[in-house]
Amino acid sequence: MDILYKIFIDPFVQMGGAPDLLVQTLWEGLVGGVLYALIALGFVLIFKASGVFNFAQGIMMVFAALTLVGLYEKGVPAFLALLLTIGVMYALALGIERMVLRPLVNQPDIILFMATFGLTFVLVGLGELIFGGEPKQMITEQLWLPKGAIDIKMLGGLVSLQKIDIAAAVIASIMVAGLAVFFQSTRIGRALRAVADDHQAALSVGISLNQIWVIVWFTAGIVALATGIMWGARSDVSFALEIIALKALPVLILGGFTSIPGAIVGGLIIGIGEKLGEFYWGPLLGNGIESWLAYFIALAFLLFRPQGLFGEKIIERI
Amino acid sequence: MSGADAIKPGETLLSVDNVSLAFGGVRAITEVSFDIRKSEIRAIIGPNGAGKTSMLNVINGFYHPNEGRISFAGATRARMKPYEAATQGIARTFQNVALFKGMTTLDNIMAGRTLKMNRGFFWQLLRQGPALAEEIEHRKFCEEIIDFLEIEAIRKTPVGKLPYGLQKRVELGRALAMEPTLLLLDEPMAGMNLEEKEDMSRFIIDVNQHYGTTIALIEHDMGVVMDLSDRIVVLEYGRKIADGTPAEVKADQKVIDAYLGVSH
Amino acid sequence: MFYRETGQYKTSYAADMAVFPILQDRIGVGLMLLVAAVGIPLFATLFPATGNFFLQVIMIPFLIFALAAIGLNILTGYTGLISLGTGAFMGVGAFACYKLTTIFPGVNIIVWILASGFFSCAVGVVFGLPSLRIKGFYLAVATLAAQFFLQWCFVRVPWLFNYNASGAIEVPERTLFGVALTGANATAMTRYFVVLAIVVGLTWIASNLIHGRIGRSWMAVRDMDIAAQLMGIKLLPAKLLAFAVSSFYCGVAGAMMVFFWYATGAEPEVFSIRQSFFILSMIIIGGLGSLIGSYFGAALIYIMPILLGWLADVSGLPIGAATIEHLRVMLTGVLIIFFLIVEPHGLARLWQIGKQKLRIWPFPY
Repeated sequence: MDILYKIFIDPFVQMGGAPDLLVQTLWEGLVGGVLYALIALGFVLIFKASGVFNFAQGIMMVFAALTLVGLYEKGVPAFLALLLTIGVMYALALGIERMVLRPLVNQPDIILFMATFGLTFVLVGLGELIFGGEPKQMITEQLWLPKGAIDIKMLGGLVSLQKIDIAAAVIASIMVAGLAVFFQSTRIGRALRAVADDHQAALSVGISLNQIWVIVWFTAGIVALATGIMWGARSDVSFALEIIALKALPVLILGGFTSIPGAIVGGLIIGIGEKLGEFYWGPLLGNGIESWLAYFIALAFLLFRPQGLFGEKIIERI
Repeated sequence: MSGADAIKPGETLLSVDNVSLAFGGVRAITEVSFDIRKSEIRAIIGPNGAGKTSMLNVINGFYHPNEGRISFAGATRARMKPYEAATQGIARTFQNVALFKGMTTLDNIMAGRTLKMNRGFFWQLLRQGPALAEEIEHRKFCEEIIDFLEIEAIRKTPVGKLPYGLQKRVELGRALAMEPTLLLLDEPMAGMNLEEKEDMSRFIIDVNQHYGTTIALIEHDMGVVMDLSDRIVVLEYGRKIADGTPAEVKADQKVIDAYLGVSH
Repeated sequence: MFYRETGQYKTSYAADMAVFPILQDRIGVGLMLLVAAVGIPLFATLFPATGNFFLQVIMIPFLIFALAAIGLNILTGYTGLISLGTGAFMGVGAFACYKLTTIFPGVNIIVWILASGFFSCAVGVVFGLPSLRIKGFYLAVATLAAQFFLQWCFVRVPWLFNYNASGAIEVPERTLFGVALTGANATAMTRYFVVLAIVVGLTWIASNLIHGRIGRSWMAVRDMDIAAQLMGIKLLPAKLLAFAVSSFYCGVAGAMMVFFWYATGAEPEVFSIRQSFFILSMIIIGGLGSLIGSYFGAALIYIMPILLGWLADVSGLPIGAATIEHLRVMLTGVLIIFFLIVEPHGLARLWQIGKQKLRIWPFPY
């Protein structure tokens, strides 16, 4: 009975007893969720436009952040480093399209997945080779990102919001809105949606697949850079971030591989779910459950809705 | 299997009774009834999108009808899974060849024997004694099929590398390896040239006469259908519009309208 | 010229269905086994210094990685289910073996090595259950759940490592007929023989499974699951069996890794996601759906950094160990992409093509 009490009642008593802590936990989860959503967003962009399950999306984020910090450490001024990093992400998109996607066009999905798996090795190796493997500090101040925290008195306690987290939420919203406009109302956006629907049909009306892929991978690269800066500001920049980046995968399962709203909602559910779980139920199991909770939330969900939150039910045809 | 064996040639083997199937709002099949008699060749024809393939999918348990019943060999079934249909002796080929592309011709046909092989896991670990004996026994059976279909030369070739016509033949071989009571053929001659069609027609007739297998086939080539089949059922927009011998169907005004269009 | 099958007529289906139907192949395999079982140990006895280094640093880990790669290949290469949890399943084997041998020290360690595979097997089946509802990449995420959950268990459940202060497995000494098999006193030679025997035996069993009814049903599920169902193959049992067998192999490999390679002990960090990625890269490069490819992949991926280090030494270039590690990671990635583009079936296919060329030599066809 005691264990049942601890699982089903005690956490809620704690939540009610200290609502300021609950708000603080929710906020932490929300910010984490936004960042997961951003990684998932880059993934969805690529999956929609090329049908490639881009296992390397998380690594692209770390690679972008590492390039930015690495260039700064080598003496490049912060904003120039930012521009250069954007250039590097473009070169990367170009290189991936030329050397990976183009030779593998029309291969089975699993081969393309494996290729992006290989890409993670290349990016990890390359990044560490050039900039070294030791953890680095993100250059938040140099990029004029706010520092410090805002303390809000509420619910009989103090809730402390990191300014960088607020900035992250704002930037993420702007980016999502921008992408939505880009997708809906520009010529390239229309072409992207056409390619997503049917490669061959898109080709036949004169859309260049190669060009579209470069654009999509570049866009995903920019999203990765933004995400990398935010994550980097919360912890150090190193390839240990890869483990965090992998959590974008359960987010995708929740949201479906092709849905942008799904990626966002999924990210928030995972982010908040794992923070609440860790804070209120973690002590029962000896803490650290954050490392796997996200996957279990996604799995449990998947058993009931295999197509994800916003995915359509698939009718198998033979 | 005993249920199906007890039925004499000419008696009803499978009956489809008032079956309807819908995906969301789209009605694929509406209140269709027909039967298939033992040892006959039954053709299902109709324009594209008439619900022919959906009908086969319902028969072998891949889709579940929203309404209606299907009885096979005297037993009426509720929801059934595809592998249960396989255990009852219903085999199938596909419109777009569904072979196991990474495996050789021989392995594909051997895979059709899966249900007939029952040596346990531990003998499989050793691949000696009973497991090997069983393997050889079934290899013999498969070699007969290979011989029958005249595909000896490609037995060890991965099927992904074969031309389309041969793939269709291997797929037929795989279905035959199951020793089916009822064989469903979904457009066995699609995309073939005249010569290949003649070969395939000959195989179908041979299977029917040699093994006594009941065959239901979907085909667009009217010449082939009229020559091969004993009876024909015609679907249009998911409804049955005619049912009878080739001569009856040919003379049916509704069928002529469905194929040639009707002036309004 | 000498690799030719002309004149070797098969007069029975049994002869035609043999795993190595060509005489020269059988001779080749026999020679390989002879070199592994007699040649290499002889070399190690004659030149103890290099010989022991060769056994400890190259042969033992190579064989263990090959076994793990076979395990993953059964699941990913033959059944088409991507797994990112190999490292964790290896860990289950290692920790199970450790618990078993400390609870029942009287039973021989080799028995426990094999028995620990069954624990890994059971865990594998549990994490394979979602394959009932989910497919493809979604399933890959399910195996990630296994990876992170099990890894967490290895660190957070002290019972698993017997409350050692180090948080690691400390390998006790175990003997067979008075000869130390594990622990600090076991010679590289003894450990090599045990590993070789287990790996060869399990490879033979894997080959039996794959060439029979079960292997065909796995490949059928991989190539076209809908058609497989209509052949009477039940998907869930076929997939779960693949999970079970695969995890068994990985579990045994993990247990051997700790007990016969590290020999004194291992930290849970060994069974991280990096290990999973490492083994996955082996089977991609070696060849998906090929047993011999598992050996090739293990050899290439495992031995490459050693070669790189040696090259750096010989050439006298001032390259640090860290740089070599980074180079290795990058080269692995480049090789994966290269093979996927040029030859998606990896080294195993190159091997086949080579044999085919040899068969018709000196003519091009």
